[in-house]
Amino acid sequence: MEVTRRPVEGGDDLRIRQLRARQMLRGELEGEDLDRYMEERVGLTTLEKAQNWARANAPWPLTFGLACCAIEMISVVGSPRMDAARFGAEVFRASPRQADMIILSGRVSVKMAPVIRRIYDQMLEPKWVISMGACASSAGMFNNYALVAGADKFLPVDVYVPGCPPRPEALMYGIIKLQNKIKGQPDLGWRERYHAQGTEELA
Amino acid sequence: MPDATGLELIAAAVRERLGDETVVGTDYHREQAMLEVAPGSVHDTIAYLKEEADEPFELLMSLHGCDYFPAEPRLGVHYQLLAMQRTDRLGVKTRVGVEEPRVPTIVDLYSGADFQEREVFDMFGVVFDGHPDLRRILMPEDYEGHPQRRDFPMGGEPVLFTFNEHEIPRWYE
Repeated sequence: MEVTRRPVEGGDDLRIRQLRARQMLRGELEGEDLDRYMEERVGLTTLEKAQNWARANAPWPLTFGLACCAIEMISVVGSPRMDAARFGAEVFRASPRQADMIILSGRVSVKMAPVIRRIYDQMLEPKWVISMGACASSAGMFNNYALVAGADKFLPVDVYVPGCPPRPEALMYGIIKLQNKIKGQPDLGWRERYHAQGTEELA
Repeated sequence: MPDATGLELIAAAVRERLGDETVVGTDYHREQAMLEVAPGSVHDTIAYLKEEADEPFELLMSLHGCDYFPAEPRLGVHYQLLAMQRTDRLGVKTRVGVEEPRVPTIVDLYSGADFQEREVFDMFGVVFDGHPDLRRILMPEDYEGHPQRRDFPMGGEPVLFTFNEHEIPRWYE
């Protein structure tokens, strides 16, 4: 086995950084030195960016399966093939007080709407809503007295996932889109590519 | 399934037991037997068919409503009875008008009729006398109207197409 020895790259720069790191670990950096150190090493992040990153990478969904879309949601959560836990949606909390995100999967009936609103109000800020499936986004295939035509009539929705039911991969894409939105980089995607005009996107 | 003659025998037995004006008619169509009774005697008829008939029907398969608009009397309540050992089915129906939609309840005979009568009340407006807890089951409690009646509008929203999307106001406007 051949071993090549090379001098460490960076030279003096690296030496200075090493010394600063040692001082940091010993708690010897104060004031201005400390600020400069933080800026350099922590990568010029503001606190908000870090906070958004943390929030985006750990959205805990609330178990809220209403109808058939819930089956696809279960396969996103439970099955080892398409697993939402690798994106941070680690546990589906049963209590709204502990959840960040509510995935409305299924038909929203007139009788259920105030219940959903109450549960949404019980969630703590910050909270996001993914409207999964055609019936939660618009009325879906239904147009009658018993369903609310879209959850955005009584809830602010962040991401709509179309489909009847959407494939689990589509729901995962929706979760990732929500993560990007939380981090402050909403995916413009096709709108930029195809110069979308006359179509509305309301946040 | 009682055949036509069997149905007539059942009708005759009910008439004999409960009075002539009980049975309004019989209907045998595509091997389905249907006995039409007057609204006031529904409970007695079904009690008779459940216990005392020669060939009793001990199971209530279904209790549902129907709107015969524009034929009067408008609202119908249908009962499907089943005899399990003989695999026999019999339909019993009554028809009431909208002005006086009262039918006696059969909850004391079949406790499964509880929710089903609530559904008929909710969807058609038929009031069941003697029901312990008659309130809406599918629609919200303060809903007005009975949705499955034929003159009730279907509801929903106008569908947006390209040709009418500028005329229909959206919820954010």
